Amino acid sequence: MGMAIDVTTPGGFVLALLPELVLTCWMLVLLVAVAWRHRDEGDQQMAGQLALMGLVSTLLVVLWMWVKGAYPETLTGMIALDGFRYATSAIFLIGAILVVMLSLGYLGRERILVPEYYVLVMLAAIGMLFMASGADLIVIFLGLELMSMAIYVLAGIDRRSAFSAEAAVKYFLLGAFASGFFLYGIALLYGATGTTNLTQMHYQIVTLGLETNLMLLAGIGMLLIGFGFKVAAVPFHMWVPDVYDGAPTPITAYMAAAVKAAAFTALIRVLLHALGASDAVWMEIILWLSVITMIVGNLIALAQTHLKRMLAYSSIGHAGYILAALASGSERGAAAFLFYILAYTLMTLGSFAILAAVGTRGERDVRIDDLSGLASRRPWMALAMTVFMLSLLGFPGTAGFIGKWLVLSAVVSADQIVLAVLLVIASMVSAGYYLPVVMAMYMKSAPSEDAHSGSGLIGAARWVVGIAAVLLLLLGVWPNRVLDMAADGAEGLRPAPTRILTD
Amino acid sequence: MTEFLGNIGYNNWVLDALLVIPLVGALAVLSVPAGEAKKVALGVTLVEFLVSVPLWWTFQIGTAAMQFQHAYPWIPGWGIYYRVGIDGISLLMVLLTTLTMPLAVLGSWNYIKDKLCPYYALLLVLTTGMLGVFVALDLFMFYVLWEVMLIPMYFLIGVWGGPRRLYAAIKFFIYTFVGSLLMLVAILAIYYMVGDATGVYSFAYDHLLENIGAVGSWGFWLFGAFALAFAIKVPMFPFHTWLPDAHVEAPTAASVILAGILLKMGTYGFLRFALPFFPSEAMHPTVVTIVVGLAVIGIVYGALVAMVQPDFKKLVAYSSVSHLGFVMLGIWALTQASVAGAIIIMVSHGISTGALFFLAGMLSERRHTREIAAFGGLAKVVPGLAVVLTVVALSSIGLPGTNGFVGEFLVLIGSWGPYPWATAVAATGVIFAAAYLLWALQRIIYNKLDKPENEHLPDLSKREILVLAPLLACILWIGLYPKPLLDRIEASTEHLITTVQEQRASVAPTPGSEEQVP
Repeated sequence: MGMAIDVTTPGGFVLALLPELVLTCWMLVLLVAVAWRHRDEGDQQMAGQLALMGLVSTLLVVLWMWVKGAYPETLTGMIALDGFRYATSAIFLIGAILVVMLSLGYLGRERILVPEYYVLVMLAAIGMLFMASGADLIVIFLGLELMSMAIYVLAGIDRRSAFSAEAAVKYFLLGAFASGFFLYGIALLYGATGTTNLTQMHYQIVTLGLETNLMLLAGIGMLLIGFGFKVAAVPFHMWVPDVYDGAPTPITAYMAAAVKAAAFTALIRVLLHALGASDAVWMEIILWLSVITMIVGNLIALAQTHLKRMLAYSSIGHAGYILAALASGSERGAAAFLFYILAYTLMTLGSFAILAAVGTRGERDVRIDDLSGLASRRPWMALAMTVFMLSLLGFPGTAGFIGKWLVLSAVVSADQIVLAVLLVIASMVSAGYYLPVVMAMYMKSAPSEDAHSGSGLIGAARWVVGIAAVLLLLLGVWPNRVLDMAADGAEGLRPAPTRILTD
Repeated sequence: MTEFLGNIGYNNWVLDALLVIPLVGALAVLSVPAGEAKKVALGVTLVEFLVSVPLWWTFQIGTAAMQFQHAYPWIPGWGIYYRVGIDGISLLMVLLTTLTMPLAVLGSWNYIKDKLCPYYALLLVLTTGMLGVFVALDLFMFYVLWEVMLIPMYFLIGVWGGPRRLYAAIKFFIYTFVGSLLMLVAILAIYYMVGDATGVYSFAYDHLLENIGAVGSWGFWLFGAFALAFAIKVPMFPFHTWLPDAHVEAPTAASVILAGILLKMGTYGFLRFALPFFPSEAMHPTVVTIVVGLAVIGIVYGALVAMVQPDFKKLVAYSSVSHLGFVMLGIWALTQASVAGAIIIMVSHGISTGALFFLAGMLSERRHTREIAAFGGLAKVVPGLAVVLTVVALSSIGLPGTNGFVGEFLVLIGSWGPYPWATAVAATGVIFAAAYLLWALQRIIYNKLDKPENEHLPDLSKREILVLAPLLACILWIGLYPKPLLDRIEASTEHLITTVQEQRASVAPTPGSEEQVP
């Protein structure tokens, strides 16, 4: 039995929001610190280290709550206290920690002197935590906006780069548009069920038999469009390449990994928890979204010659795989999602870290062929990149395989064999663009003597790459513990489908 | 001897040791200076071979049960175990692998000149992967090793290969990857269908085999997924195009391993998984027509294409397509003689074609070309090499008294009953084989010594003799006295044939209405 928390008392409320509050306090401390000292690179390093401390301590708080097994005394609170929240929060925080570590050296090298950068990274992380913990559509919306606002600014943080500015404006406009859809969806769901609370919404739907109510369906549709933009599912993906391409590389990694994972987290909670009774409707939609996202993302990635754009499109493909897990509509699918985003966060951050390291003359211009001969000059970097590429490909021996295997098994156990076949076909296509990276590094010779002489992992980025590569291999061979944690995290996400209140 | 082995618990650890030794060896190779790498690798592969040899005697003849079996939990929550064990068929494959590896190391001795440590480490990792595929009795473990093995091969071709190595490497990878991913879906589907029916979710081979009836009408699709993965690996006729490219571009040792062992994984997969799991689907008249048809096309087509190759290595590569066609024909004929013959071809093709690739490598090391037209009259210059090449070529043709004859003869007699027409056409493959190999022999070692570059070629060195001698010994041994091999596989083949026929009988409603089989 875990630790019961009564959210109606002030003490219980603080306890329920402990990770968010801890991170907010750290964020405020950091804000004061950077207001006071923001003159040179040293100050910026200090800001980064403070952010790191804040994120790590929040991660510890989240893990503490998970180990304690904190659960709510009442079922209909606005804050979720369950394994799914702890698992996803931990993954976002790991993502944010790795992004900060990546930025420590990166900002200095690119001569971006904006210590507020770290404040924004933390702010975005707070938004993500709220998206994970929101058991009410309003809380989820607030979290989404908090996260998005911070990311809009971060995308354009490099003021001297026109591409960065373009990325920020594009992301802002489309993000605002998506938020509009999202909010309209919430309004319609409220209109149909009279509540924004996820648990109450489920019981309202079951009790009143609203499964195919028109207003509810319209609400689901709007909500899916809003989420579709945030997770970059085709056909709502148009902003991805330019935004990912223009933003500073650590922020691109943040967007591709943690931001996307946060949007998926909220989507899964809303669909499985609140709208589980209407699953016949949304499973079909998610299935088709998944299929076109996988196929389009992978096919366009195949045509890319530049590494950063290739990774951007490949992240669309991965969104498709995660949607496939969701299309099974089961807790098994949610467990697959948890493992998948952990692996995905590690491999995405790792590969963007390598991209940042080789892109000393601008990461936007790194072609896949520019990696030629990297293995002979920077053997460890090439080896790590190989692990990331194979893991993204879903090759056995890496965490990416276990993730893909869990997704496949969720899909197959839901008897959606056709979707499973389409998923593996999409994976086959992805071999066509992940392998050339490995091929360039190992099988082509360096174009000139001094190629790669300037590239190298700076400071903490080395740790990011090392940790990510080792964890990916470890989880690929011995995933037992994390598999259990993922299953634990997904348990109870879907409320009992029976009409408890009417019978 | 047996007593001593019993005392040290040989049967309990031998398979684990075979899988672990190369991995430890790979780490050792990576940590020594480049000059020592090949010596360490040779040592490790020799130890591996010596460890595996007693299997020959401790293996119990006359039982089809899996031997040396044991299991450790891997991901027990999902019913995934490290499960290993061998029967007669896997025994021969394991021994073929452990015999080939030291020779492959020895054959790379002077040929590989740069990046020595990673090269030998990859060879050793590859050994573990291949042996793992042959001993795995858990479908998850089988799948993982089946895929993992691709990586070392991909690098061996792509880094140390010939001029078109990039193309060959990626083609090899993608072809195999495409087939195996569908197999993954099929494995998962079987896992859930059997699990839902029995309540026990497990990837164990025995468990799935016993309850395979649960898949019902999905059988055809699942069989198709397995068959595609294996057919690409064999390779059967329309899926064979990766093979010549990979063979020609790969360094000698990698070609030997590809031909000798990797191709056998496809036919092994059919024998171990596709056929026992889906007997009624595999023996459905339409499937039979397709498979036997493709096998025969492969035999004739491979032989005809081999005949016109100007490149000796490519000639040998296409001859593999032809030989593997015999194996497929033998398996599908499903008689005691034909299946045993198919397995014998699997072994003897590994030996003869392995030797041919070594010889092709030796020729191109001397002349830096593989064009048949560049040679001529070598019998005078390098008599030793010429004799060996002649013997090996004759064994590949299937001359009585050599290993090639035993397998092909058994397949042809065994298949005559069920498929007389197909067998008649297949038999022409033997004639074509004689044509392309003898013609190549004529152009390489006979004819006039008309090219001045060929006049001062060195004959076989001691190291090269060391590489070829064990293969020659096997060629003659299997050719003259194949009984020990046949004894060891007899029970397994018999078991395979009876189970397939029983299951077929139990599924098919009445003979004569076979078209109605779902």
